[in-house]
Amino acid sequence: MRRLLAILCCYVVASMVSVQANEPVAAINDNNVTPTVPASTEITQTEADTVSVEGLLVTLTKVKLSKALPVLKQLEKVGGAQILPMFESMLAGDLYFVKSSKEVVAVTKVNGEITAQAILTQQSLGQLDSSLVKKIRVNNKLRGYLRQAIARLQISNSDPAIRLDAVKALLKNLSDETVATLTSVRPNEGDEDVLSMIDLALALNQSNSAIAHERLAAVKVLADSLENEARNKLTKLADNDSDAKVKAAASKALKSINQRIEFYGFIDQLFFGLSLGSVLLLAAIGLAITFGVMGVINMAHGEMIMLGAYTTYVVQLMMPNAIEYSLWVAIPMAFLVSGLVGVLIERGVIRHLHGRPLETLLATFGISLILQQLVRTVFSPLNRQVASPEWISGSLEINPILSLTLNRLYILAFALLVFGLLLIVLRKTSLGLNVRAVSQNRDMAKAMGIKTDWVDAMTFGLGSGIAGIAGVALSQLTNVGPNLGQAYIIDSFMVVVFGGVGNLWGTLVAAFSLGIANKFLEPVTGAVLASIIVLVFIILFIQKRPKGLFPQKGRAAE
Amino acid sequence: MNQLMRFSRLHGDSKVAPFVAILVLVTLLASMGNLLMPQDSIFYVSTYTITLLGKYLCYAMLALAVDVIWGYCGILSLGHGAFFALGGYAMGMYLMRQIGDRGVYGNPDLPDFMVFLNWSELPWFWQGMDQFWFAMIMVLLVPGILAYVFGWLAFRSRVTGVYLSIMTQALTYALMLAFFRNEMGFGGNNGLTDFKDIVGFDLQADTTRVTLFAITALLLAVILVVSHKILQSRTGKVIVAIRDGESRARFIGYRTERFKVWLFVYSALIAGIAGALYVPQVGIINPGEFSPLNSIEMVIWVAVGGRGTLIGAIVGALLVNYAKTKFTAIMPDGWLFALGALFVFVTLYLPQGLMGLYKNIMDKRCGGSSGDKPNDDEPALKGGDA
Amino acid sequence: MSTLTDVREVMRRDQVWSFLKNEQKQVDVSHDVILYVEGLDLSFDGFKALNDLNLYVNDGELRCLIGANGAGKTTLMDVITGKTTPDSGSVYFGQSINLLKHDEAAIAELGIGRKFQKPTVFEAHSVFDNLELSLKQQKSVVPMLFARLTPTEIDRIDEVLNIIGLKEQCFMQAGALSHGQKQWLEIGMLLVAEPRLLLIDEPVAGMTAQETERTAELLTSLAGERTVIVVEHDMEFVRSIARTVTVLHQGSVLAEGTMDQVQNNPDVIEVYLGEAP
Repeated sequence: MRRLLAILCCYVVASMVSVQANEPVAAINDNNVTPTVPASTEITQTEADTVSVEGLLVTLTKVKLSKALPVLKQLEKVGGAQILPMFESMLAGDLYFVKSSKEVVAVTKVNGEITAQAILTQQSLGQLDSSLVKKIRVNNKLRGYLRQAIARLQISNSDPAIRLDAVKALLKNLSDETVATLTSVRPNEGDEDVLSMIDLALALNQSNSAIAHERLAAVKVLADSLENEARNKLTKLADNDSDAKVKAAASKALKSINQRIEFYGFIDQLFFGLSLGSVLLLAAIGLAITFGVMGVINMAHGEMIMLGAYTTYVVQLMMPNAIEYSLWVAIPMAFLVSGLVGVLIERGVIRHLHGRPLETLLATFGISLILQQLVRTVFSPLNRQVASPEWISGSLEINPILSLTLNRLYILAFALLVFGLLLIVLRKTSLGLNVRAVSQNRDMAKAMGIKTDWVDAMTFGLGSGIAGIAGVALSQLTNVGPNLGQAYIIDSFMVVVFGGVGNLWGTLVAAFSLGIANKFLEPVTGAVLASIIVLVFIILFIQKRPKGLFPQKGRAAE
Repeated sequence: MNQLMRFSRLHGDSKVAPFVAILVLVTLLASMGNLLMPQDSIFYVSTYTITLLGKYLCYAMLALAVDVIWGYCGILSLGHGAFFALGGYAMGMYLMRQIGDRGVYGNPDLPDFMVFLNWSELPWFWQGMDQFWFAMIMVLLVPGILAYVFGWLAFRSRVTGVYLSIMTQALTYALMLAFFRNEMGFGGNNGLTDFKDIVGFDLQADTTRVTLFAITALLLAVILVVSHKILQSRTGKVIVAIRDGESRARFIGYRTERFKVWLFVYSALIAGIAGALYVPQVGIINPGEFSPLNSIEMVIWVAVGGRGTLIGAIVGALLVNYAKTKFTAIMPDGWLFALGALFVFVTLYLPQGLMGLYKNIMDKRCGGSSGDKPNDDEPALKGGDA
Repeated sequence: MSTLTDVREVMRRDQVWSFLKNEQKQVDVSHDVILYVEGLDLSFDGFKALNDLNLYVNDGELRCLIGANGAGKTTLMDVITGKTTPDSGSVYFGQSINLLKHDEAAIAELGIGRKFQKPTVFEAHSVFDNLELSLKQQKSVVPMLFARLTPTEIDRIDEVLNIIGLKEQCFMQAGALSHGQKQWLEIGMLLVAEPRLLLIDEPVAGMTAQETERTAELLTSLAGERTVIVVEHDMEFVRSIARTVTVLHQGSVLAEGTMDQVQNNPDVIEVYLGEAP
């Protein structure tokens, strides 16, 4: 019952939030109307030339909230770029004025203490008592105006990226002033991206024109864009335009845009699939090695991943000032920590259960329980946030529809790198030779003088170490918690089963195909059903090929 | 010749009968202790204890199910929780329908969670679940069919060993994910709960509780005896033979996959019954019962008691769960440590469980005189992993 | 009256109702050949385990297969017993039964018994149980649930126990037997099922000289009534039992004949002295 109530509350809150979210839109619409209305506006405008920025600021502290808009407009006109910080802090709700001097200040609150900054000179005024200042109030109408004004002011910024963002922000609502600003800056614009964005904005405006062929020309420009606004406008034109030609052109453009969106959507899903695949690959590859060589399933493999993730967390705790480099420390550390734990498990438990794979499975499951509980006791059962270095966060924006997050991109590359390194280790080193020998024929390898005990321990250490590295990668994607390993372990098993035992390429192919299949099913069926379908598919798959995609053949495999 | 005849008759093992007797006796005493004794008497058994005992016996039944296939046929299922939970859900659905219009929303047909999800009518798989007999058939049918289909697919393509264990784990994991979904129509995250009564009797009443407990004990005894008989029969011998040498059995002419499938189904039925008895006593069934951890915990009960011995499985389940109750009361965080350590300890040092230990001690005390007498209830476990 | 006789006829205690009789396909050996193996090819990952192998075995014969490791002896047995499916070729049991269409269990039911290289018995069962399970009987789940030992069966088991000399160890766990005893028990398990064709892989490995001698006696005594194919490395043993010897080399038949013929065959000499052991 309590649950029901909680859910109900959620609904109420959610609906309230959505109402708030709607308001700015309404405010913006109002904004379009304002210039034509009240008398008070005209009065201020006549005074405009004579008034200084400082004077306007003082006026701002005095006027009522409903009368603030004209003052702000004046400020924009008179102040220019210099007024930008004031608009920004006003938008953020940090704009105050000192009661006694009427001086407008930007305020930062830390633990209730107030630090003020003169708004125009950016000079720090030190700490102030909160009773001395008063907030300059803003409402949604003002916020809408402020956003636009900030964008207009930023158009003349020297950084093309800021200019581009500014124009993009303006696309959402093109008032006459905005169009005028855009037209005026266009001839001086040197950056191509910004230029085409401005053209788009102008075309959007032009598409409102009363003349059909102007609209037609606008449609042509809009057709090349993937921006949401362009698409909305085209949809409107295709549905409602009075001119048949414009209508046809718009719907044609819309179609081609939709095709491109679909294509980029496909790429996006593919990328997410590859990303999931790379995580699965990292998680499963260690498992594949230990299973292939020793024929045992390590149920604590997930916990090795978890240990790797917690190692990252600890490394970051120890070097809080060098988060940028923390991953480079965390990767070898995680390998060592998980690898050592792996070797301990092998020496302490698995060795004694040789030839009893099912009991090994149970024993390692016990170990996984202990490790999980250990982490819960040491670090608390709550999830921990691992910071991402600057260079790994952010995303690679290819176009308005498609942006690839950098961390996933890095992890994909990292997984392939680890895979490559592992291949080299197994192919070129003496450890690799021994490992391969033991996996093919343990008794024969023993007879040839290979220390199978040592090979087992090293294999287990290697497999666990790679799991640790996988943990570092995962810590960049999700929160780190005691159940981190559990979430991936069954999927990793499926990858190994699907790919076939003792074949690294099989693991690679299986990881990526399962990852991609999962992500392509998800939009159709939902995440849970997608993973169920994949599981069922694998159960059916091993009917046909019990030994996986790339089985070992011959009598030795029996 | 004559000796051979006699041997074949005396082949039975003698421990099941006394065990059943003890079980029945304890059940009777506990029931009378609850119903007949005044509350302040030292012989009074609280209803809480009765329910706890009933729960333990359900677990014991479940352990029996795991032992039948793992101990005797070498199939390590890490997904028996799925059959248990399915049986439980079938019972839960019946109990849900019994609530009728006494739910929070007072809808005579739809359980509360469906009303909450704005469903207008009962989904097809809920039809008929208001009939006790129908629900009981479902308790058997659903786990049975799942086990048959899964077993047929797996054993026919000769999936064995750790592969099979992993697949069973994936099975229960998939079901857990599915049952967590609200759209499945099984109450999602919360599962089924707030039951009122069963075939007209109030579930909170002492008499109902005692009856459920007694029924559980009785069914456990019946299942124990039946399992014992099956495993003593020639079919049972074939099952053990499959455990120790599947390809040999196949080359003698046994279709081992059929034996395995039927044993798997039998085991799943036991698990389903255990689940159905568990739900009215505990009062809730939710998707957590499908979690892989639960399934693997059952295996450790059997391992502790001694796999390949039916009584061992029961003893193991009772002991471990009693320990769990005590342990979680004293130090809740410590239980997982203890359980994990138990896994490692048992597999390393007690591969035949407590029953194996007991037998070794008895053998030593008796001077090993029973050296070469066969004892079918405790076959050597050498090939158990094959 | 006639009804009564009919009823009596139906209820006769010494007969099984016809619909309960275990219908067994009879092997058609009208041409005196019990096993036809023709044009068998099989490769694992490019390695040719069997290469156009042809082999004919007469009914009642005792045939020895010899050849170096990897010559294809065990693989051939795998194919005959249905464990492995060849890439091409045919295997017929008698005139009419295509073995490639049956699985292991069905082939065993047809009367082909196989002893493995490594002795495999049911270690947790007693010797008696091992034999009981190997009896010729209906081998499905439900009938076996209610099966009881019949006097006939006990007689049969007793008989075989005498043949393999494990009467004393009758109630011992099979796992506790010595290596040689396990070998015999496995042979006994084949015998108790009364097979037509016995495939025996290295029966005397790990046996003492005395045991080997007894095994040789046993196998020779079986031939005639049953067909026996023996794979063996021990040349002395082969010489002591074999009438016809087939030499396999790289997956096909290199030579066939009596032991003397084979030993003087130039191909065999070249292969054995030129290459392998």
